[in-house]
Amino acid sequence: MTDVTNTSAPSIFSRIFNGIGLLKESPIAIFGLSLIMFWVILAIIAPLLPLYEPNIPLEPFKFPLDGSAKNDGTYWLGTDHKGRDILSRVIFGAQQVLIWATTATVVAYIVGMFMGVVAGYLGGWWDEAISFISNILLSFPVIVLYIIIITYLGATGFNIVLAVTFASAPGIMRIVRGLVLDLRTRDYIFAAQTRGESAMHIMLVELLPNARGPLIVDACLRLGYTTITIAMLGYLGLGLPPPDPDWGKMIAETQALGSLAGHMALVPAIAISSLVLGFNLLADGLREISMRD
Amino acid sequence: MEQTPILECRNLCISYDTRGGEIPAVIDFNMKVMPGKSVGIVGESGCGKSTVALAIMQYLGSNGYIKSGEIFFHGRDMRTMSPEELRSIRGSKIAMIYQEPMASLNPSMKIGDQLAEVPLFHEDVTRSEALKRAQELLEAVKLPDPPRIMESYPHQISGGQQQRVVIAMALLSKPDLLLLDEPTTALDVTVERGIVELVNEISAEFGTAMVYISHNLGLILETCDRITVMYSGEAVEDGPVEDVFDNMKHPYTSGLFASIPLPGADKNVRPLVPIPGQLPLPHQRPQGCFFGPRCAFFKDGTCNQEKVPMRTADSGDSHHVRCARFEEIDWSTGDHTAVATKSVKSGKVVLEVRNMKKYYEITDSSIMSLIRRTPPKTVKANENINFDAREAETVAIVGESGCGKSTFAKVLMGLESATEGEVVLNGEDLANLPVQQRKARTVGHLQMVFQNPFDTLNPSHSVGSQIARVIRKFGVEKDPRKVQDKVNDLLDLVKLPRDFAHRRPRQLSGGQKQRIGIARAFAGNPAVVVADEPVSALDVSVQAAVTGLLTEIQNDLRSTLLFISHDLSVVRYLSDRVVVMYLGHIVEQGTTDEVFSPPYHPYTEALLSAVPIADTSVEQKQIILEGDIPSAVNPPPGCPFQTRCPRKIGSICETDVPPVKDMADGHRIACHLDADVFAAMEPVIVVRDSEAAE
Amino acid sequence: MLILAARRLVSMALIMAVISFTLFAIFESDKLAVAGKVLGPYSSNEQRELWLTQNGYDEPFLERYATWVGNAMVGDFGNSIQFKVPVSEIMWPRLANTGILAGLYMLFMIPLSLTLGVIAGMKEGSLQDRVVSIGSVLTTSVPEFASATFFTAIFVFSLGWLPGTSAMTGGFTWAEIVLPVLVLVMYGFGYTARMTRASMAEVMTSHYIRTAVLKGIPYRRVIMKHALRNALIAPFTVIILQLNWLLSGVIVVEVFFAYKGFGKLLLDGALFGDIYVIEACTLVAVFVAVFSQFISDIGYTLLNPRIRFT
Repeated sequence: MTDVTNTSAPSIFSRIFNGIGLLKESPIAIFGLSLIMFWVILAIIAPLLPLYEPNIPLEPFKFPLDGSAKNDGTYWLGTDHKGRDILSRVIFGAQQVLIWATTATVVAYIVGMFMGVVAGYLGGWWDEAISFISNILLSFPVIVLYIIIITYLGATGFNIVLAVTFASAPGIMRIVRGLVLDLRTRDYIFAAQTRGESAMHIMLVELLPNARGPLIVDACLRLGYTTITIAMLGYLGLGLPPPDPDWGKMIAETQALGSLAGHMALVPAIAISSLVLGFNLLADGLREISMRD
Repeated sequence: MEQTPILECRNLCISYDTRGGEIPAVIDFNMKVMPGKSVGIVGESGCGKSTVALAIMQYLGSNGYIKSGEIFFHGRDMRTMSPEELRSIRGSKIAMIYQEPMASLNPSMKIGDQLAEVPLFHEDVTRSEALKRAQELLEAVKLPDPPRIMESYPHQISGGQQQRVVIAMALLSKPDLLLLDEPTTALDVTVERGIVELVNEISAEFGTAMVYISHNLGLILETCDRITVMYSGEAVEDGPVEDVFDNMKHPYTSGLFASIPLPGADKNVRPLVPIPGQLPLPHQRPQGCFFGPRCAFFKDGTCNQEKVPMRTADSGDSHHVRCARFEEIDWSTGDHTAVATKSVKSGKVVLEVRNMKKYYEITDSSIMSLIRRTPPKTVKANENINFDAREAETVAIVGESGCGKSTFAKVLMGLESATEGEVVLNGEDLANLPVQQRKARTVGHLQMVFQNPFDTLNPSHSVGSQIARVIRKFGVEKDPRKVQDKVNDLLDLVKLPRDFAHRRPRQLSGGQKQRIGIARAFAGNPAVVVADEPVSALDVSVQAAVTGLLTEIQNDLRSTLLFISHDLSVVRYLSDRVVVMYLGHIVEQGTTDEVFSPPYHPYTEALLSAVPIADTSVEQKQIILEGDIPSAVNPPPGCPFQTRCPRKIGSICETDVPPVKDMADGHRIACHLDADVFAAMEPVIVVRDSEAAE
Repeated sequence: MLILAARRLVSMALIMAVISFTLFAIFESDKLAVAGKVLGPYSSNEQRELWLTQNGYDEPFLERYATWVGNAMVGDFGNSIQFKVPVSEIMWPRLANTGILAGLYMLFMIPLSLTLGVIAGMKEGSLQDRVVSIGSVLTTSVPEFASATFFTAIFVFSLGWLPGTSAMTGGFTWAEIVLPVLVLVMYGFGYTARMTRASMAEVMTSHYIRTAVLKGIPYRRVIMKHALRNALIAPFTVIILQLNWLLSGVIVVEVFFAYKGFGKLLLDGALFGDIYVIEACTLVAVFVAVFSQFISDIGYTLLNPRIRFT
């Protein structure tokens, strides 16, 4: 029995590293993560790449790999009906989608987790009020909620985040509440109570860290779902105003011209499917890993 | 006459396929069950006893398989049976009874339908005949109102009743062999007694052979003809039950036996001796004898070389043991250290509870009750609680489910306020002081050790940080260095290595977690520690060590221990005074000796008669209580025990709450019985004076 | 039981009240803007004020709300600004069209997802399980407007088997409804299949299934009578609640294929600013959502004996 007085707990870096190492156990998770990282990296390095301006009309209806661009360049993914380079539009569109989907999901999570842990732990009047509000929000078909917010408050990034939060937070709240209702019957919560710990402490320090598992899986799924939502809003004309390249809008504008140049709509369709697939696969892999533990 | 055994396992080896490779669960297992006889399999968690049962049923799941060896049923090798043959045997020739009855019944099917399936699919009967048979069997297992139960769903009946339904289901086709996997572990002691009697009767009547799996040696002694003791996947000893108990040959068997408290024994004559060390993990089994590292008679060179075979220990080839040295062991040497016995004397009174009542109100928020204006129902969880606890004393609070002991603990700890009465700790009345309003020192002076070691620690934080937090919270130390020192001191106190402070709870075993729970409770130098079933969830061999730890700490710190338990054997061993509760009332209290010997409250009498005792030299009276414990929402009028009391005298028991009678210097019983009835009571547990076989 | 139904109805009515009030507040509290929408952006303030008085907008807010609710309950939603006819004239036929779409969707989706989920959950970890799981993940990654693009590329542009729009100009034709339903089903079955799979897998590892097998009951009956009874409770509620999500998928599909449905009406109304159409469609959509939750709750209680008989 060595008397170790100053070994510190493993540092935060080694903990993250171990966390990522865990992923090794699921090929599905790795594949999903790679898909996601593909788009993330593209989005990050976009300003450094030699791309055409996404919104400047060049030569319309060029097909992919067409090498006949004006200054001896190549339209790697062709151009659309207005002559804009699709490759650059897809990459800048990735930026849009990733930024807004992530922001909206994070905000929705913070709101939902807080509501859920308060409703689950404090119960009583808090629970009734929060559940009632959630039920109201959940009674709106999601799309109706979006339509109302965006039509009446305008189509800005902030409003989109707001709309996604209204739509997602109740669901998150329900999940967290369910987890908390289960966790709070554990003896260590009872122990904390017999110590006279404040409700805030119990909620934040004792309960929430133990809800991590299912929440991380749900977060990945929700990122995928929010991505679809944002693109869908763009498709329906409710997204960010032009001329920002938006994958959904790209499809909306070019779908009817499919007989002439299918790639114009197919490329953004593949793009969004691949990104969402990445999130879904990552979520699946994480779920598998957490089950095995 | 050589009979064919109903069941024979020969050199059975069962393994599981996991991510980490093949894990052997059962190794070289042999067992013979003769028609009409019962064999008990005893062992702790992970020894493989349940795996054997599932293997007999050929239901090992997708990753379990029989690696080698055979299982013969009526002489036929079960591996050669077709799936259809297996199906027809299951439920009709071999039937199984499970540990958790609620989970084993289909929640969406009526009980009658579930029962009727057995004859419907094994015999050529019509549905109405099947239902009729099912109802008859419900009567045979002594269930009240069988027609109502036939139409009920499992969740609408109590745990004891559910288990009787499971038994009925198993017996419907009059099987040749019955497998019982810990059938009474989830039940209250008095209910358990009824079930055990039932199983004995029915197997005698039908001539069914039984394989009885349990961790409770006392139970096996009462029900079985032969016993097999398993350790870490191997059978280490088997033989006729009396023979094995009186003539133990394997150090593990005797170690197990020595670590169980016996209610008939005096703790100075027969102290508890825990088995040191822990069960080896399946992939870390030592070479040679698996028990070697923990054995008091271990001999290097003999015990850790080759696999030890099973050898005959007597002339009749019925008692076998797997020990390399069993002929040469001198049982008088090699004793492990016994746990400490209490060496401190009780001091002044530190805790007084006077006339404490705790009632809960259940509000019915349905519209119907709003319309009818029904008054809210009251649960009388604690009724008129009066007792004292002194410094350095251990007071045991004994009772079954629904007796109110958890409620009492909550009021003490400040999680609930008493409806009436006082709870005075060192001069301060805490009855109506919620824990958030108590001073930090007061909170630190009254702490709790919890039942379930797996939930007692927060899985997301390190063990050391959790103890440190408690130290800071109670104001014991503030300086980080001093806090760290105190953490180390506490870890020393509970005999765990200091570097455990950095570990997460999931890296610790059940016993180790419970020790941390104890360390945490003692962080604030408490005057009173409430221990709520602190060892019930631990393995038998670990229980003794943790029990001993509590005693030692008491010796050092002179703390008062309020020990809540349903296990009378441990209570007898540990406590100075005993309080017996039933349905919210204290029915008897006094010193341990006073409560365990006559005169008794009828409930205490029944409780003592229900405890399974693993001692062949003890005679125990048989008192079986009918029915279940009534619900606290609707307590019976008058005496709470009158619905089940075998000594009920008449209508006075139904109308008047019994008076508290003082038998002698503080021994109090709440009962209507006369003094001469009390004087005539005989002891429930009698140790025969004949010398114990050695 | 009846008490529970009554409580739920009251709750439903309460939610509808709150929502309708909120909607009304959002849409019609700014009276001048409403008038502006009706009369067009070039109308003057005096014209708007006049119109407001003529149309009962001088009443206090709560009275206007009450009138509005009262009218809505009898089907009078006012007149569409865009089409200049009573909203109900346009809305109900469109709702019927969407009903057809939704009905066909449920007709195919429910058996498909339940069967796949049960097959996958029956043998967790087996090949059939993996196939169904991967399939579900793939299909729920492709949003409707993307899958519509893919299918159109294949079936309309390359193979030419199906028409590219579903405007139903020549009356109802089956060919035109194929792609919309296909797109909806493809995205929709995955979630329910996975929920069913999870529920089934959990049931199969439960102790009472072990009891049933060890009682010697034939495997088929164990699945059909013991397992399914318990496993299908959760998916049932999930399917009913799908109605809530379905609307967004339906809108996308109707827009993509130019199908004259309720969803497209709502969207066009929103983009145009046709207040009364938006109000009417929103009310109807919310009512359907709340009603489906009600059915789901009652259904769950009926199916689960633990709750039904305490």
